[in-house]
Parts: sequence; structure tokens; C-alpha cells
Amino acid sequence: MNKTTLIARHEFLVTIRRRAFIIFTLAFPLLAIFGILAAQVISGLAKPPAALETVGYIDQAGGFTDFTSQGSVTIKPFTIPGDAQKALLDNSIKEYFVIPPDYLQTGAIQRYTLNRQLDTSGKTEQVIRDFLLGNLLKGKNSQAVIDRVKAPLNMTSIILTASGEVAPNQGGFAAFIIPYIFGLLLLMSIFFSSGYLLQGLGEEKENRVMEILLSSVSARQLLAGKVIGLGAAGLLQVIIWLFSAQFLARYASSTWGAIIGNLQVPAEFLILGTVYFILGYLLFAVLMAGVGAVSPTAREGQQLSTLFTATGVIPLMFMQFIIENPNHVVSQAMTIIPITAPITVMIRLGITEIPMWQIAASIAVMILAIFGCFVLAAKLFRTFLLMYGKRPDFREIMRSFRKA
Amino acid sequence: MLSSVLRLTDFSLEKEAFPIGARAIIALGLKTALMFTVEVNHITKTYGTRAVVNDVSFTVNPGEILGLIGPNGAGKTTTIRMMMDIIQPDSGDIKILGEKLTEASKNSIGYLPEERGLYKKLNIVDSIVYFAALKGMDSQLARKRADDLLKRVEMLPHKNKKIEELSRGMGQIIQVIVTVIHDPKLIILDEPTAGLDPVNAQLLKDMMLELRNQGKTVIMSTHRMNEIEEMCDRILMINHGQTVLYGGIRDIKSKFRGNSVLVEADNLPGEIEGVAERRDHRNATELVLDGKTTPQQLLGWLVTRGITVNRFEIATPSLNEIFIKVAGNGHE
Repeated sequence: MNKTTLIARHEFLVTIRRRAFIIFTLAFPLLAIFGILAAQVISGLAKPPAALETVGYIDQAGGFTDFTSQGSVTIKPFTIPGDAQKALLDNSIKEYFVIPPDYLQTGAIQRYTLNRQLDTSGKTEQVIRDFLLGNLLKGKNSQAVIDRVKAPLNMTSIILTASGEVAPNQGGFAAFIIPYIFGLLLLMSIFFSSGYLLQGLGEEKENRVMEILLSSVSARQLLAGKVIGLGAAGLLQVIIWLFSAQFLARYASSTWGAIIGNLQVPAEFLILGTVYFILGYLLFAVLMAGVGAVSPTAREGQQLSTLFTATGVIPLMFMQFIIENPNHVVSQAMTIIPITAPITVMIRLGITEIPMWQIAASIAVMILAIFGCFVLAAKLFRTFLLMYGKRPDFREIMRSFRKA
Repeated sequence: MLSSVLRLTDFSLEKEAFPIGARAIIALGLKTALMFTVEVNHITKTYGTRAVVNDVSFTVNPGEILGLIGPNGAGKTTTIRMMMDIIQPDSGDIKILGEKLTEASKNSIGYLPEERGLYKKLNIVDSIVYFAALKGMDSQLARKRADDLLKRVEMLPHKNKKIEELSRGMGQIIQVIVTVIHDPKLIILDEPTAGLDPVNAQLLKDMMLELRNQGKTVIMSTHRMNEIEEMCDRILMINHGQTVLYGGIRDIKSKFRGNSVLVEADNLPGEIEGVAERRDHRNATELVLDGKTTPQQLLGWLVTRGITVNRFEIATPSLNEIFIKVAGNGHE
């Protein structure tokens, strides 16, 4: 086993035994289980009682006699307002409404209820609306026309390619949510893994292990071993999350199950997702390694690293813009800029077809950035890893790039 | 001098006094026998405008212990780090075991840095095995050797304890084991006994002497002059980044020997011929000679006067006194 592999194995084993790693890895599925259970309990509580509701009405305009059964609601006619009010007060009806004589001119309806509400509930409004529509259109139109007037739009969009064929990626919620979730997981995993790298470096500095390590291996071997080992731990974390998500989907409620069941992950997305996960992680890891090298303690390293992590989440801040303008020059620029590329590509993939040249350019720029940052981070490693308790200034860092 | 020996050897071989094969074998054997374990040539390291190490050269022979001494900030640790290729010199070159430091030759070095520590969450035996593996040692063999070494320092029953559970002294002994676990040819120890109690310090000194007896080369940096006198064959003293003393301890001491003798005698007279100054110590009297009188003449003078001399010794300064004198001069 070569030294880089040895370090990678050591880092991997140390990381997966860390309490924080175990907690965060298990937290995601546990929170999901909790969420599913909570959703089921809440939806159970919110379900309407099995008993049918009755709503009263007084027809002063005339002609509103049919369509008195609207799903679970029965609409009961009253002729005298006092009877309707009495029925409301003794709870034999839930509420009642009055259709005044000038209804056709004004559209005004009075509703009487015992409940204090900010506004009429959507369900009540729908029931009264359907009752009125049905009665207004009856006799003049077929039932089909009445139904269409009630729900005139059920639109499906079909996206075509430039050659006029139906595009394989039709977008929509299902196509968007997977890249979005994957992007979030990617971001979390990148931040956790590179955070462990930073923490490990800080601890090694504080424990004074660094010089013993550097007497056995080169700065590059040490850096490469750490990045690979911690990357493997991050990948393991994502795999556990994805597997647990698939497992949990089976136990989710029927609504959740239907949503998740409709989600299909295109092969193209899986491949690009994996590529950008690896590239994104490598980029952040070498950046964090550089930060770790120049930071005297783990805590200072964490503070300094927010400079990069904050930049990494910029695509999430611009998400609304990217979703509405996936091919805007800003979205394209964020696809090419290495630090914003992984998340931007994940978001855009669910919305639009990203031109091949942009993907190729983005990957090429990321690889160059990773290589460049690795070389610079190795120089920082060599120069500053043995600098205990002192943070180098900008001039010293620049000098180390030239000299080391 | 060694270079001239080698040149002389090469010259003799060119004379074709031996067949080609024999010449090659002899040349290889001589070079191996005469090869320095460490050869440092004119190394310099500058940070900003300050030369932390300035044109330092020295060699270390196989099987010897070299003491590296100097005041704080003199450049000792920087010199050691350059030898370990942890930092690179601005100029000059370093050869370890006859070649520039490579991955393979790194495996032949055991290094105990001044700023040292271990992974606190790992247990003792896993720590030792991990660092041994980084030195290219087989894990099974490392585990077995770790058991042997732990047994020797009576820590075998604690081998599954976490490093964070150990006392500072015990941790330091584990670090020494990490340094020698892979049976290195060269051992570099930076302040090895700092923080150790006398029992553990003696244990460490015994280990080092045993390593020397096994033919290992040891470079030891310390501030404890008694340890240097006890253990080292030669010393290199650095001050302000420059070599100020370099050589065998006896040679250096004789170089710093003053013109005085220590005498223990009954009824030592107040006036002694040839003595410029007299200093009374607790167990002896130091007589500083006037420059014209030799110690032999002084002894003769005392004996002829019937004075019973119990002890007569040419006064040589201790290494500590030499250190203070040289380091003090450097400060002035």
C-alpha cells in the first residue's frame, strides 16, 4: 500500500468514527422518518370528520334548487331567515348563506357563520361557487360544459428540441426536484467533508502530529491522502442518504409515495451529478486544505473557510433567477465559474438542456482549478503547516507561492 | 580530508594495481565504509532578511552520536527540518546515506521533532503501527515489534489505551518508540528528554546508547550539556545560524582549556611561585598560572616544599561553561 493510500485509509476510518459524522449521517434519515411520521399524524388530525356537513341557504333570487349535494357537503334550502338562523344556533347546520333578489346584477352573497375567520375557507367558497354555477347554467348547457366552466384549464406543456422532437427532459416538478435535492446533498456533503478536512488539519496542528507526518511523507502525498480519504467518507455519507431516501419512500404516505414514485432520474443526470459531486468536493477540499494550512487553530480555520462556503451557496441564493432564466448569461457564467458550477449545473439540469459546450467548458475549468489549487495548497502545506499559533499575512502567503 | 582519501583511493585504483572487478569491489567497499551518514554542505535558509541558518556544513559518521547544541533560536530546528526535507534550504545541499533525501531514504530515518504529538483518539498500538506503515514497514511486523518495544518499557499492558489517557512522559516514550519502530539507520532527536522524569530520561539515554552500539547514527539536539557530555562523540554548536563549535568533545574542551590547575593539598602556602591568581572552591583550589610556569613546574615546586598533594588536575571547562562562554560572546 503506498503512502497516499495509507493516509487516505487512515483519514477515512478516523472520519467515519467521528461522532459528528455519525450524527450527521444518521440525522438525515432520522429526520426524514420523523417528518413522515409527523406528516401522517398531522394529516390524520386534519382529515374532515366522517359525518357529512350541512350548509343552509335562502334563495331570494329564485331558480337555485339543484346541485344541493356537493361532495361531503349538503346544501339545505330555507325559506324564512329566522329558521336558518335557528338551525345555525342549534348546530343543525354549519353555516348558511342568502342569495339576494338582485344577485344576478351584483353577484353579492351574504354568508352567516358562528366562527370568527379572517376569510371564507377555500372549501366553503368552492362549494357555494359550484352550487351557484350549476344552477345558473342548468338547462342551457350540457353537464360536460358545466364541468368545463367549473374547471376550464388542465394544461400539459410539451417541450420540443430544436429539431422539433419531444425533448427527453420535460422539466416540471419531478424533473426539478431530484437535481435540487441532489444539489443540496452535494452541498451538504461537500461542506461536511471539507469541514472534516479542516478540523482534522487543525487538530493535527494542535496535536503537533504534522511534523512527524511530514518526516515520512511529502506535503503532496499528505494532501492527496487526506482529500481522497475524506472524499470517500463524504461519498459514503451521500450513498447512505440516497439509499435511506429510497427505503423511506416505500414507507411514506400514499401522497408522498406517489410524488416520489413519479420521480425519475435520467441517466445523464446521474452521470453528471456524480462527476460534479467529485469535482465539487475536490475543489472545496483543496481550498479548505489551503485554509487549514494557514490557520493556526481549527476554530480560526472554520471562520476563514466561510469565505469559500459562502461563495459556494451563491447559486442557491440565485435559485429563483436561475429557474426563471436558466440560459441567461449570468446562469451560464455561474456554470463556468468553478466554485459555483456544481450547484448551478444541478439546478439548470432540471430546468433546461445545458449545451454540451458549456458542460465541457465547466468540467475543464473545474479540473484546471482543482489542479491549480492543489499545487498552491501543497505549497501552503509545505510552508505553513509547521507554523504554530501564528497566522501568516498575505505577503507571506504570496511569497510561499513563489518560493516553496 | 575524507574527500582527499577518496581521491587518493581513486588515484591508486587508476594505477591498475588491481584487476577491473577487484578495483570495483574495493572502490565500492571503501566508499561504503567511508560514506558519511549525513553530509551537510553550506546550507543557508533566510526568512525575509534574516538568515536563520547561514552557511552551515557538517558531517556525521556512521555509528556516532552528534550533539547539536545552541541557544534558543540559534537555527538548530531549522537545520534539522532541512535535513528532513520538511523545509528546503535556499542554497547548499544535504546528503543522507550518500544521496539526496528520497522517499526511500526517508524510511531510513527516525525523527523525533521538538514539536511532537500523536493522534489523541487513537490507541497506543494503532498509533505506532500507523506511523511504522508510513515508514514503509509491514503492519504485522510493526505490530510484533511494537509489542516488543512496549514490553521493554513496561507499557505492554497499556497498549490498547488511548493516547489522550497517557501522562506526558508516557506519551513521550511512545513517541520515541514511533521514532525507532522501523529500525532506522539514522535517528534524529530534537530535545528528546525535555519533559521526561529522571527515570524515563535514563531509559531513553540507555536506548540511544544501545542504538549507537548497534551501529545506528544519532543526531541529538538538546540544551542539557550533561547529556551531551555523557553520550555524544562530537558536537556541533550553532549560534545565530552559524557554526561556532564543531568537533570532538575532548578536542573542544582542550581548546578551551585555561592556564590553571585544580589542587587539593594539605597546608597550601599563601604565596606560590608562578601563580598569578588563586581561587578557592569548595573541594579544591584553582591556581591560575602566570604564563611562564608550566603545570609540571608548579607540581615540582609543591613537592619539593614537602606539601602533600592529594589531587592535581589541569582545569578544563565543562561543556556548560564553554556553551555559556560561546553563546555569551555571540550575544555581545
